[in-house]
Order: sequence, then C-alpha cells, then structure tokens
Amino acid sequence: MTRRLAVAVMAAVLALLPAGCSSGGDGGGRDAEGRIVLRFQSLAWQKESVDANKELVAEWNAAHPDVRVDYEQGSWDSVHDQLLTSFEGGEAPDIIHDASDDLADFAHGGYLADLRPLLSGRLKADIPRTSWETTTFGDGVYGVPFLQEPRVIMANKKILEASGVRLPTPVKPWTWAEFRQVAREVTVTMGEGRYAVAWPLKEPVSVSLNLGLSAGGRLFHRGDDGKVAVRFTEADAVVPGTVHAQINTDRSASRSTLGMGGSDTLPGFFGGTYAMVPLGFSYRQQIVQQAPEGFEWIVLPAPAGADGPAQGVSPQTLSIAEDSPYKKEAARFIDFLLRPANMVRLARGDWMLPTGAQALKDPSLRTAEDGWATGTALAGHLRPAPAQSVRGYPEWKDKVAAPAYQEYYSGAIDAAELEERLVDDGNLVLARYQR
Amino acid sequence: MTGARTRGPARAGQYLALLAYLAFLALPFLWLVSTAFKPARELGSLHPTWIPEDPTLANFRQAFDEQPLLQAAANSLVAALGAALIAVTVATPMAYVMARRRGRLSAAATGWVVVSQAFPFVLVIIPLFLVLKNLHLINTLTGLVLVYVTWSLPFAVWMLTGYVRAVPAELEEAAAVDGAGRLRTLCSVTAPLLAPGIVATALFAFITAWNEFFFALVLLKTPEKQTLPVVLTHFLGAEGVADLGPLAAAAFLATLPSLVVFALIQKRITGGMLAGAVKS
Repeated sequence: MTRRLAVAVMAAVLALLPAGCSSGGDGGGRDAEGRIVLRFQSLAWQKESVDANKELVAEWNAAHPDVRVDYEQGSWDSVHDQLLTSFEGGEAPDIIHDASDDLADFAHGGYLADLRPLLSGRLKADIPRTSWETTTFGDGVYGVPFLQEPRVIMANKKILEASGVRLPTPVKPWTWAEFRQVAREVTVTMGEGRYAVAWPLKEPVSVSLNLGLSAGGRLFHRGDDGKVAVRFTEADAVVPGTVHAQINTDRSASRSTLGMGGSDTLPGFFGGTYAMVPLGFSYRQQIVQQAPEGFEWIVLPAPAGADGPAQGVSPQTLSIAEDSPYKKEAARFIDFLLRPANMVRLARGDWMLPTGAQALKDPSLRTAEDGWATGTALAGHLRPAPAQSVRGYPEWKDKVAAPAYQEYYSGAIDAAELEERLVDDGNLVLARYQR
Repeated sequence: MTGARTRGPARAGQYLALLAYLAFLALPFLWLVSTAFKPARELGSLHPTWIPEDPTLANFRQAFDEQPLLQAAANSLVAALGAALIAVTVATPMAYVMARRRGRLSAAATGWVVVSQAFPFVLVIIPLFLVLKNLHLINTLTGLVLVYVTWSLPFAVWMLTGYVRAVPAELEEAAAVDGAGRLRTLCSVTAPLLAPGIVATALFAFITAWNEFFFALVLLKTPEKQTLPVVLTHFLGAEGVADLGPLAAAAFLATLPSLVVFALIQKRITGGMLAGAVKS
C-alpha cells in the first residue's frame, strides 16, 4: 500500500512537472502578434489598491491595442534584492513600482532610465517640485512620485474632548512644547496605567528624522564638495527630546510601545490605554476595519516646530528600467496611470495622498470622513525625507542610528551620548561611502 | 522502595517538562488558527481570546478572493515534491560513496558540503539567475526545482552519509559472501536499512522547498507560477503593515500540507529507527 502510494506520488509529480516547465516567457517585448508588451510590476497589496491597478491596466489595454501591459504582482518584502537580481539578470520589468528611498542605489547603478525626456509636460507640472526632489539623483529624475503619506496623530476623540485640551488643526497645529503639555494634562485625566501617547518606535530612525524637519532638523548636511556629513543641532534635538521627556520624565507616553510596530499599538488605542498614536496616514484603513463599534477617532496633524508642520516623506514611485526597449510607451502608460482621476483611484485604494495637484483637489479626498481632509491639508508641507539621497544611509540607520535612538528613548543614554554616536560613529560610516 | 518513590515524581516531572515544551511549540500554531477565525474587530481587541468569540470564515473567503491560493499551493506542492524526490535520488548514491570510500577526497567533499551551508542566498542568486536565464528556465517551476535541489543537495548528502555509516558494512560483506552482486546487495540489503534516512532526508528537502521564499520571489514572475510563501507576502504592505486576518487564514492553509506529509511518513521514520535499535 505504502509502495503504491509512493509510486502514485512520483507519477503525479512527474506528470505535473512538464506543466510547470512551460515558460511564462519574457516575450522579448513583443507578443506573437507583434504587439509591444510592457511588464508592470506593482507593489499594491490592499484589495482596493490591487483592484484599482488591475482595472487601470485593463482600461489601458482596451484603449491601446498596439501596446499591451501585463500586470505583475510584486511584494514589499525583499523588493530591493528582487529588483537588483532582475536588473543584473536583464529581466527587470519595464515599469517598476517602488519607494523613493529605495531608488538611490538603482539610479546611481544605471539601472533606471532618466525620465526627464520621457514625461509629459502635464505630469511634470502637476507634481510639485518638492516631490520631484525625492526622485532626483544627480542630474536625472528616476521615478515619478505618485503616492505619499504624512505621519499624523490618530486620537481617541472622547478622551481628548473630556480632558478639555485644545484640538489642533492643520492651520493651527500644536507646537512640540504644547504637545508635551497636552500629553501631560491628558495623562492626568486618564488615570493610572493609561497614557496620552503611544510612540510605536520599532523603527525609530525615519520617525525621528522625518518629524524632525518640522523643527528645522536636518541632521545630514551636504558640503560644497558634495560630501554629506552628520551634524546634530538644537533643531535636531527637538523631536527626540520631546519623545524622551514624555517617556522618561513626564510619564505621559508608554514605555512598553517603544519596541512595537504601528499595528501593535492599535488594541491599546481601541481599549483606551492610549489616547493618541502617531502613525502613517494609511493606518486609517486598519482603524476603520478593526475599531470596535462606537469607537470615535479623529486624525490630528503632527506637531509643528520652527519650520511649521513640515515633515519628510518617501513617496511611492513609478520608474522605467534603463534596459526597457520601449521607454516611450512605458512613459505613456505611466502618464495614463497618473492622470488626476486615476491618481485619485490609486490614492483611495491605498488610503494615501496623491502627489498630483489636480488629484489633491478631488472632493473625495477633502471630506472630513476618516480624516482625509486633515491629510490633504498637510500635503503642501511634505518634504523629501532628510536621508533621501545619502549614500550609506541604510548602514548608518541600522548600525548606528536605530540602536542609539532606541537607547536614548528608553532612557539608557543621555542626549550627549546620542549626539556623539549619531555624529562620530555616523560620519565614520558615511565616510566609507564617499571616498 | 525509596527508589520507586523518587522515580515516580521524577517521571512525572519529565512528562510535565515534555508537555510544557510541546505546548510552547504549539502556541504559535494555535494562535495562528485562532487568528484565522477571528473577525476584524476581535483582531484589534485589547483582551484577545484563544477561542474566537464570534468565529468567522470571512478571512478564508477574503484570502481566496484576493489571491490564487489553490494555484499557489499546487505550485508549491510540485516544487517541493519535485525537489525532494530529485534530491534524495541524487544524494543517496553520493552519500553512499562518501560514507564507504573514506579518504581525503571524501573528507574534502564533506567539508565543502558543510561550508556551502554558510553561503547566504543573495550571494548565489545572481549567478543562479543568469544560468537559469540562459537555460530559459526563469519563471518556470522546473527552474525553481533545480535551484531547490542544488540548495538542499549538500545537506541531504551530509545527512544521508550519516545514515549510510550507521549501516554495518559487514552486512554487505556477508551478502557478497552469499553470492549477491553489488547492485543486488545495494537494493536488497542496504536500501531497506537506509529507508528511514531517505524518508527523513526527503522530508527535510520537502519542507525546505515548501517554506522557501526568496528564490521563488526572484525567479517566478507571473501570478499563476508563484508559490505559497510568495503569495502570502501579498497580504503584507510596506513597513510590516499586514492584512492580519486573511494572512493568518492563508498561512494556516499553507501549513497544512507540511503537517499532512509529516503525519504520513513519521511512522516510517520512527519505525525504522526503532528497528535499528532492536538489532543492535
């Protein structure tokens, strides 16, 4: 019986293998009928977003019988290594979805096409200069930034209203000092074991740097010789100092959330343990799906500093592979995909903000429902993330900055040591990339 | 009498420790099952329960709606079974030679096998990708099976070498004295004694291939070719954001074939091991 089973399994595998042998084929850029075929690798993952992408591809294919686009599903997990292998192997998709902070190596490595001669005037004009800066490396532009998300404060409406504090608006946000004071007051009204703020700081570096822009922090300074050095000014200390004080001095922020990711804090948020959680704008979808019946929540702007409510972002991007034989056609498809109405569909699917000025005017993105209006009001204040084009940033982040910030926030080291490690150790790392 | 009294509590302690260990191993799986049946509201609860209060199949429906899970499971099955069968077929004679013909070459080969396990995936993926591209095997399960066989072969050989060494060479010599030829000896004497080792090695190759993610991500491009681990990541967004319910449901389904395969052949492994123990 066992032998029969083994034979049956072997026969099944041998029968199935040839089915797997038939190549999907790269097609060489044209199909059997001579039509141009473009491969579009999308990283969309939420159902609404995947649906929107697939619908738009179908609409393009219906309207353009001479240029067919094949939708390929990519994954945020390991996308950098996957793309690098595809580039090296000459098998990269023609149109590539990624994030702007992942593009620097590909742009410098010559894998991506310079889009400046390919893009329409409409698209160039529609997306603001600050967004284009996130995909500009050297003299070239290597991606079209199309979706972005500011960091906002998800707040329990009832707790904040009960505590009597002033609710901030995009026009009049809290200052960082006011935020600290408000957090103290709210914590007092909440009672024992509850905190005004939960900072999910499993990944502390991008949060600290991107929010730090509001206070004028830059951390990375490019000299006349083009080399980047780390300097830690008073402005750079505002955001980390506030978080550190909330956790260690004021006890208005929970220490236990320091090692958490954003999703991990939601149960405590829903349960009233935390009144406010700073999160990415797209987390609204999880709140809508998971919040208990009757839970009232609002979206507040992040606190502002000397530079107003500015903050750094790394938008999602669309790029074209340098090896693609049909760059013009690929650019036409991107132009179609990012028409204002289509950009709105993509933004709503991902619960993010479009970069395009026309799309941002869409009434569906300006409604107060689910906090859309707060996000769109912040769009004009978004800037390239400070580390956007710094070579060596990933190593600096993982080996130097992440442990230093984590130790500082937990109270294990003081501000002087944080500065010393970010600057001294950090510059040693960056120097290796800038010889 | 005293000895019996102390043995009783000691044995109970051993059983308790074993139970605690088994419970520790089972916790993640039980939590996965629990999560798979919870509605979205319960996933965000501050006081999560082991048993879903309002169990639902919605996560499974959504998972099947959004991703081609059955197709992906079939792809994974083909890749894993193919890799396991080919790996043990190739590894068994190699292991036999390495175990029976001891010498510098055999020692060097064994050393190389061990060292090769330290290579990170990213080191070999680009050369592998280029080779497969030249063979027109990108985006094919055949290409993926070849990679899995290549990847699991060193360890499979190393593992099987130990099993071959455990078979007394005197048995083969006795068979030869009785007039059996080399092939007859291998098939009738050595192979049956090696069966548990072959099954264990096949299981190792199967599970390695079944769980593998990175090679499959890089080599398979079209949705209809992708394997389960790759499809599972489609429930994950940037920075670790996850569609937790459907992800848990899909992950639960993805673990089932491994469990079934293990359940089918675990008797074979333990049975073989016990038989060996009695003979000695």
